[in-house]
Amino acid sequence: MHGWRHTLLSLCIAMPAIAISIETGHGRWLLKVPEAARVRPNPMAKDSSAVAVGAKLFQQNCASCHGKQAEGNAKHPDLHSDRIRNATPGELEWLLKNGSLKNGMPSWSRLPEPQRWQLVSFLKSLD
Amino acid sequence: MSESRKRFFRAVLLLSLLFISCMAFAQDGYFVTYSHQMEEPGNLEMGLKSVTASPKGGNAFLANALEFEYGVKAWWTSELYLDSQSTSGESSVFTGFRWENRFRPLLREHWINPVLYFEFENINSADKSLLEVVGHDTREEFLERHDRHEKKREAELKLILSSNFKGWNLSENVIAEKNLVGEPWEFGYALGVSRPLALVAGAKPCVLCRENLSAGAEMYGGLGERYSFGLRDTSHYLAPVVQWRIPGGTTFKFSPGFGLNDNSQRFLFRFGVAYEIDQIASRLRGN
Repeated sequence: MHGWRHTLLSLCIAMPAIAISIETGHGRWLLKVPEAARVRPNPMAKDSSAVAVGAKLFQQNCASCHGKQAEGNAKHPDLHSDRIRNATPGELEWLLKNGSLKNGMPSWSRLPEPQRWQLVSFLKSLD
Repeated sequence: MSESRKRFFRAVLLLSLLFISCMAFAQDGYFVTYSHQMEEPGNLEMGLKSVTASPKGGNAFLANALEFEYGVKAWWTSELYLDSQSTSGESSVFTGFRWENRFRPLLREHWINPVLYFEFENINSADKSLLEVVGHDTREEFLERHDRHEKKREAELKLILSSNFKGWNLSENVIAEKNLVGEPWEFGYALGVSRPLALVAGAKPCVLCRENLSAGAEMYGGLGERYSFGLRDTSHYLAPVVQWRIPGGTTFKFSPGFGLNDNSQRFLFRFGVAYEIDQIASRLRGN
């Protein structure tokens, strides 16, 4: 009985810790963004077509994982999220450039930088 | 080989070409040089890389490498090649397989991004796919390699260094290859530079537009072997490359290659077509 209680207690402590570590694992990339990248403004912000272009690029490059409506699935995050809404354009562009390779997000450095900013314009337009 | 078997192999090669042509996405803008671009995790790319040439004193040939590339992780790509060739007036033969793995040890973008490459190949002396040039490979090999008697079980290591800057990709590969039956290490190199024709995309979907085209060039050649390292008795090539990516996943590549010295084949023509199947495991599971 004593051992059973220990196991239960350990589980009670471990489960939230695992849940917290998984949760923070998905957004941990935010902590790695250098300050200089974090504060970079989107040079496409004043381009009225940037959201439409970004939507096209999203369908070509991102929709296969994140879904056509960016709704995500069991393995890939929903992009209609507070994390995306609250991220600065610079943070999102940094993520696209570097990826989060440990978590399965590939680097999109092969896309030219202006196209990454067009994608950021689209991401920031999501509800 | 009987005439009916020759016809059969030719038909198989032709059908393979047609099959791949109807599908078709290669990410690197090169044929020989590797960049640090990895396959997206869960995606399977199927492609065909072909090279044709007409060596002086020998028969024209067409060599094909059927390629299956899978993104195991975002930092690990695994690839299987099945090689074959058809030589005019001789035979159409399967020449072996290659299994390669590429790893990105650094998980962020840097000025220079290293990738470690390990390959095992089990091919024979009839192979002409020319996926790399090492050691003292020369044009003579295209003349000699019409039989399959000599087996080559080789390990190949590459250090891939690659940078992306203002739309340009610059890649450098250092190659070391060893026949596992005891021959010395052979060395080679490949250099590539490429750039999309447009850096900013347009809002309208388009097929033949600058954002879907990229152009560049690669240079590759041998660097001798362990006991005779250097440029003596080696061959070198310079090859412009054009890549055309069609929305929907099809990519075509073309590259005329020019030999740079007397040891090199004077002219090669490469073409490739590829198709990427997104998230193949999820598709097979039906979700």
